[in-house]
Amino acid sequence: MSAAVHQVGFDIERIRADFPILTERVHGKKLVFLDSAASAQKPRSVIDTMVRTMETRYANVHRGLHWLSERCSDDYEAARDKVAAFLNAAREEIIFVRNTTEGINLVAQTYGRSALKPSDAVVVSEMEHHANLVPWQMLRDQHGIDLRIVKITDAGDVDFDDLERVFTDGRVRLLAITHMSNVLGTYTPVARLAAFAHERGAKILLDGAQAVVHRAVDVKAIDADFYVFSGHKLYGPSGIGVLFGKYALLEAMPPFMGGGEMIRSVSFATSTWADPPFRFEAGTPAIVEAIGLGAAIDYVDSIGFDAISAHERRLTDHALATLATIDGVTTLGRAQDRGGVVAFTLEGIHAHDVATLLDKQGIAVRAGHHCAEPLTRRLGVESTARASFGVYTTLDEIDALAVGLRRVQQVFGR
Amino acid sequence: MNIATTEDLYQSLIMDRARSPRHAGRLDEFDAEAEGDNPMCGDRVHVRLRREGGKIGILCHETRGCAICISAADLMGDAAIGKADTEIHDLADAFEAMIVTGVIPDRLDFLDLRALAGVHAYRSRHRCATLPWQALRAAIGKTMELRHG
Ligand SMILES: Cc1ncc(COP(=O)(O)O)c(C=O)c1O
Repeated sequence: MSAAVHQVGFDIERIRADFPILTERVHGKKLVFLDSAASAQKPRSVIDTMVRTMETRYANVHRGLHWLSERCSDDYEAARDKVAAFLNAAREEIIFVRNTTEGINLVAQTYGRSALKPSDAVVVSEMEHHANLVPWQMLRDQHGIDLRIVKITDAGDVDFDDLERVFTDGRVRLLAITHMSNVLGTYTPVARLAAFAHERGAKILLDGAQAVVHRAVDVKAIDADFYVFSGHKLYGPSGIGVLFGKYALLEAMPPFMGGGEMIRSVSFATSTWADPPFRFEAGTPAIVEAIGLGAAIDYVDSIGFDAISAHERRLTDHALATLATIDGVTTLGRAQDRGGVVAFTLEGIHAHDVATLLDKQGIAVRAGHHCAEPLTRRLGVESTARASFGVYTTLDEIDALAVGLRRVQQVFGR
Repeated sequence: MNIATTEDLYQSLIMDRARSPRHAGRLDEFDAEAEGDNPMCGDRVHVRLRREGGKIGILCHETRGCAICISAADLMGDAAIGKADTEIHDLADAFEAMIVTGVIPDRLDFLDLRALAGVHAYRSRHRCATLPWQALRAAIGKTMELRHG
C-alpha cells in the first residue's frame, strides 16, 4: 500500500475525535492509552448505537410478536450479517458468544466431546493465551484426549519442524492455535497451518482475538474450520464475541448449554435441537452488545483494513526502533510478520513497578504474564510490560512512552 | 494519624530496601517457613524464621517480585523481630488495614512500615505489599500446628 493512500485513508485526528475517552485525564495527566490489546476503547458510533437501541428499539429477540421485538430481532440478526460479511462466512456459521474464551470452550465441550475420541490428540502452541490452553486441558482431563504442545522458535514463530514431529503418529485431529500472539505480536501463517492440518486429517481452530483487530480475515481463504474473536478488542462492547464454524461441523455438534432459543421442540421426556447458529445460543443473548458489535464492524470498515494495518505497522516499527535506543530495555519477539503489540522488560526493574510509575504519568500499559504464563516461562522472563496499539494510537504517544520509561529508570537510579 | 499520598510510594526508603534488602537470604536452620505467591503476577515470597525465647529471633525472606513486594518483605523483617506470634497477627492486621485505608496507625511498633501507606492509592498493587505478611502468618500457623501436634 502506498504512502499516498495512507495519507488519504487515515486522518488520525479525526479518528481520535471519534473516541470520547481519549480526552480524559489520568492523575492530572493527558491519557496515553497503550493497552488496546487487553481491551480497546469505544468510538462514539458504537456508544450511540447501543444507547439508541435501548432508548428506541429494545425488546427481547425472536420471541415477542410485537413491533419492538421484531425491530430488535432485525437489528440483532443484521449484526450477525455484518459479522458474516466481516469474516466472509455464511450467517448460519456465526454464533454469538460472550468472548473468545467462551467460543473456545464451546468448541472444546461440544466438538471436542462428540467428534474427538479419547485416543485422538489436540495440538496447541507454546504461545497460546490461557483461553486456548486451559479448555483443552479440561477436555483432556474429562475426556482423555492427548494434549500436545508445538514449540515456537526463539524468534517467536511456529516451529514447523516441531509441528511435523507432533503430527507424526497420525493421531492429531485438531490444531488450535493463535492467529496473532498477544505477547510476541507474531502473526501465524494461518493458511499454511490450515493446509498442513487438513493434509493430515486434522481440523484447525484459530484464536483470532488479536488478529481480527489488525487485519482483514477471510475464513474461506484461510480455510479455517473454527475462528473465534471478542467484540471488546475490536472497538465493540464487552460481553459479546463470535465463534465461526463451518456449517457441516456445527450441524454435527451437540448444544453447549440447554434452555430457551436453542430447541426445536421440547417435551418433558426429551427435546430436539434447533439448527445452527441458534442451537448454540441458549437463553436471551447479549442483544445490545451484539448490535454494538455490528456498529464496531461498520466503524472499522469505514476506515478500512489497508489503512489500519499500515498505521499499526508504522507504530510498531517506531516502537521497536525507539525502545531499542533505551539502554536496559529488551523487547520480546522477532517474528517477521508481527502486529501492534510490543512486550518488553527493563533490566533490574519489575514490570509492575514499570506499569505503576508509567500510570503516574498518565500512560496505561499492561504488566504481568498477559495470561500466557507458560509462554513467559518459555521465554525465561518472569513478567513483562506490554504496550499495544489501536487505530487511535499516535507516534507521539510512543515517544511519550520512551520518555516515561527513562523516568522510571531514574526513579530506580539506573 | 496521617493519610498517605501517592507521591510517597516510590520514596527513597522503599527504593533502598528494594535494592539492598537487609533480611534477604536463606536460613538453613529454622523453626518455621512458608511461601506466599500471587498467581496473578508470579510474585513469590518465601519466609523462614528462627525463634528465641518464644519470640522471632531471625527472619529471612527470599522474594521474587517488584520493589513494593521486596521492600514490604524487608520492612516486615524489621518489625517482626522480637515479636511473639499473637503480636505478629496484630501487626499484620494493622498493616493490612493501612494498605486498604491509607491511614497510618498511631503505634510505636510500626516503625518504617508506614513508608508503604502510599500503596493504598494503587489497588492493583495491594497484594504486592500484603503478600509477605500472608507468608509470615502461614509460617506462624504452621509452627502452632507442630506444637499442638
Ligand atoms: C490471543 C488471545 N486469546 C484469547 C483472549 C481472551 O479473550 P477474552 O478475554 O475476550 O475471552 C485474548 C485476550 O486477552 C487474547 O489476546
